[in-house]
Amino acid sequence: MHEVLSKAKKTAVTPKNVLTVEGLKAYYINEHFGVRREVRAVDDISLTVQRNEVYGIAGESSSGKSSLIKTLAGAIRPPMRVVDGSVKFDFGGQSIDVYGAPEQLKPARWRHLSYIMQGSMNVLNPVRRVKHSFHDFAYRHMGLSGAAFWSKVRQHLERLGLDPDVLEAFPHQLSGGMRQRITIALATVCEPEFIIADEPTTALDVLVQQDVLGLIKDVQARMQASIIFVTHDMSVHAAITDRLAIMYAGRLAEEGATQALFDNPQHPYTAHLIGSLPRIGDVRVRKSLPGKPPALSDPPSGCRFHPRCPLAIERCSREVPLMQPSATGGRVACFRAGEVVAA
Amino acid sequence: MKVLIDLLRYNREFLLGTILISIILALVAASFFAPYDELATYVVIPDMPPSAEYWLGTTSRGQEVFWQLAAAMRNTLLFGVVVALVSRVIAIAVGLVSGYLGGRVDQVIMAINDTLNALPNIPILLLLVFVLRDQMSWPILAVTAALLGWQHDSRLIRSVALSLRNREFTRHAVFSGMRTGQILWREHLPYVMPIVFYTTMNNLIWAIGLEVTLSILGFSDINRPTIGGMIYWANAHSAMVAGIWWWIVVPMAFVVILFLGLFMLAMSVNEYIDPRSRLARMGA
Amino acid sequence: MTDLLRLDHVTKLFPVGGFFSRRSMKAVDDVNFALSADKPEIFAIVGESGSGKSTLAKMMLGNEVPSSGQLSFDGTDVAAIRGRAAREAFMAKVQPVFQNPFEAFNPLTKLDEYLFATAHRFLGASNRGAREAAADAALQRVGLSLSEVRGRYSHELSGGQLQRIAVARALIPNPKLIVADEPVSMVDASLRMSIVNLFRELRDELKVSIIYITHDLATAYYISDRVIIMQKGKVIESGDARTVLEHPTQPYSIALKGAVLPPDPAAASAIIRQRQVVAG
Repeated sequence: MHEVLSKAKKTAVTPKNVLTVEGLKAYYINEHFGVRREVRAVDDISLTVQRNEVYGIAGESSSGKSSLIKTLAGAIRPPMRVVDGSVKFDFGGQSIDVYGAPEQLKPARWRHLSYIMQGSMNVLNPVRRVKHSFHDFAYRHMGLSGAAFWSKVRQHLERLGLDPDVLEAFPHQLSGGMRQRITIALATVCEPEFIIADEPTTALDVLVQQDVLGLIKDVQARMQASIIFVTHDMSVHAAITDRLAIMYAGRLAEEGATQALFDNPQHPYTAHLIGSLPRIGDVRVRKSLPGKPPALSDPPSGCRFHPRCPLAIERCSREVPLMQPSATGGRVACFRAGEVVAA
Repeated sequence: MKVLIDLLRYNREFLLGTILISIILALVAASFFAPYDELATYVVIPDMPPSAEYWLGTTSRGQEVFWQLAAAMRNTLLFGVVVALVSRVIAIAVGLVSGYLGGRVDQVIMAINDTLNALPNIPILLLLVFVLRDQMSWPILAVTAALLGWQHDSRLIRSVALSLRNREFTRHAVFSGMRTGQILWREHLPYVMPIVFYTTMNNLIWAIGLEVTLSILGFSDINRPTIGGMIYWANAHSAMVAGIWWWIVVPMAFVVILFLGLFMLAMSVNEYIDPRSRLARMGA
Repeated sequence: MTDLLRLDHVTKLFPVGGFFSRRSMKAVDDVNFALSADKPEIFAIVGESGSGKSTLAKMMLGNEVPSSGQLSFDGTDVAAIRGRAAREAFMAKVQPVFQNPFEAFNPLTKLDEYLFATAHRFLGASNRGAREAAADAALQRVGLSLSEVRGRYSHELSGGQLQRIAVARALIPNPKLIVADEPVSMVDASLRMSIVNLFRELRDELKVSIIYITHDLATAYYISDRVIIMQKGKVIESGDARTVLEHPTQPYSIALKGAVLPPDPAAASAIIRQRQVVAG
């Protein structure tokens, strides 16, 4: 315990940062019938998330973004292991070292740290009324008596523009959009400082997505909470995030203020992701990158993007580019960062 | 081959199952080198306890328990395997076809299936024994048992086939010009193999149990040595009362070894053959 | 001159409700349009979930039969196709591309088997050499080659590559129409445009017409010539893709277009701030 405290002091977490991640490495180490495979799903990632900020993580399949947020939430289990680095939360002076002292995390769950997931059915018990889910998840953490708890829940639902009568409904009686709104209400009823949102709008229709994103932004702004928002959809990032990190093959490629990133991408991969999005009213031909995202079990040498990069030089295949401050105030991991032209 | 070595090295159930079944198979192999005709009686001194000369003792009918056991194990195992194989072929064919075709055809097949399933097994077999009397031979008994032993498993297979039918890869296969037989055989069969293996084990145990039951009751060709037949003769000579315990204990012990070995093998092979773990090994 | 594909008052009913209340729901409600045989085009069907667009796709492929109205391909009623030979002749001309490539290829079947089976059945390629040649030609068409695909399983390739193989397979019989149901929704962003652009090449170079079914207005705008917008089984707006999507006239189409998030943070965040609560 003392060791943990002294270690925490050394890194001197600035109070502005709710989450500080340093040099995080989490690998899948798999042994199946004698074949050992090591998959570097999260490979040396450092980042910070500030109070009252929506921090986006963008990446394709096998970019390691799901592994990263699982690691941040302390929700990994074998065969995945944290090999190096640290994840520290700071909830109003109470600091939690997720991998130094994991027992600190448990009481903070839902009270300080909650989740909005893609499949709402993972959270809502399909055979019980919605109110039971609220009771199961939130009652212990609120420290309120029965009547006060339910009036707080109803008040919270009303504030989000939801009819409190949904508490009496079964999940299957509700539409997918309504269920997702309820999981948002459920995740925010304890007014947590930190929310992890994993592809919360991916399965939703366009009109419902617009509303659900608005709802998340609303709640976040009102509670001054921080959100890590993960999706592969760059347009959703444009709509909701304040800062954005782009992941490629287990590493960060670029990070910066969302507006600056879209206006002036510094990494060729970011430039491609943004440039290839079609827009109504724009008929220019969009290009696609050659090749495919690398397998994390066998990533390319040097910069992992170099086999697909239009700007790759010989050095890119030898050396791993480190995250450096970029010209637009963010960070970028590219030897030719200054030369990228937005498509 | 490498797979087998890996399984032996990393899977304890597989190792234990292999050892137990090896004992049984060694016994079966030994039966072909028996010094006496398995049907002959009074070839050795009766009622001898296990000793260096007669490893597992001798029976009151003047047979050596060891060589009787070897022949009995061979015959019983053969019966079980024939039943299991024949009933598997029926169960797979009925289950896959019914599940894939669906709709009206499925309803009709399943109605027949459930009717057959409701028939009581033992009375039907006894009836057959009484009707056929002297013409009754073990292959006829095996085929009859097989005809009675697939309905439950075909229903299990059908439930998997029903879900496979609506998968996108089935539609894709149809538009690739694959014919129904090809789709069932190549696309769907791998997905029901775990069920097939698991139920084969159950079916084998059921069939052997059936054989033992019928033989103990004397409703089979009692001169042909089988595990149940051994126990029948032991009872007929009141072996337990007469203190010839080895005559009864030995076949029972070996049935337990057989069942245990089959169970362990089925469990470990099941884990290996399951598409999910197969995919995990392929690195998906 | 006959139409390649013609839908006349096509309606599909599905029974809903429990044992006692037998009602039916119109999944597809009086849909009419035609594709000309002379001029290949990309025809987009846009709608949200429950709009009936996937049911429409199944009817075009002959997997569902219209409850009323007629759906004809090359002058013959698709619902009246009976028997294996007629069915295979139809499948040679109309081929699908499915939504999820990881689901469309059986993970335990080698990818090349789909290509060889298609060449065998629809091209009559009886020997191995002919099948391989047909498969390789089709794969070259989509920027791949047989050597990259031979002996591989679906998990060894990316979603984008699989989807290109799926398109290559659909091309082997030299079809006149490809029905693609949400073909890029499961494909990674960096590979998505390679599939979308491929459809355009097929139309221009192979003269194949494509039914492009999607919920994504932006890609529909990007590649299609004509578009219909569907809501609850009904076509509510149709016409030239550029015109309809730039200037929709119906309230639902306007709302749909208004909810599309542009890749521009300022504009996109303004859209979600409106939070107009529409539907459930």
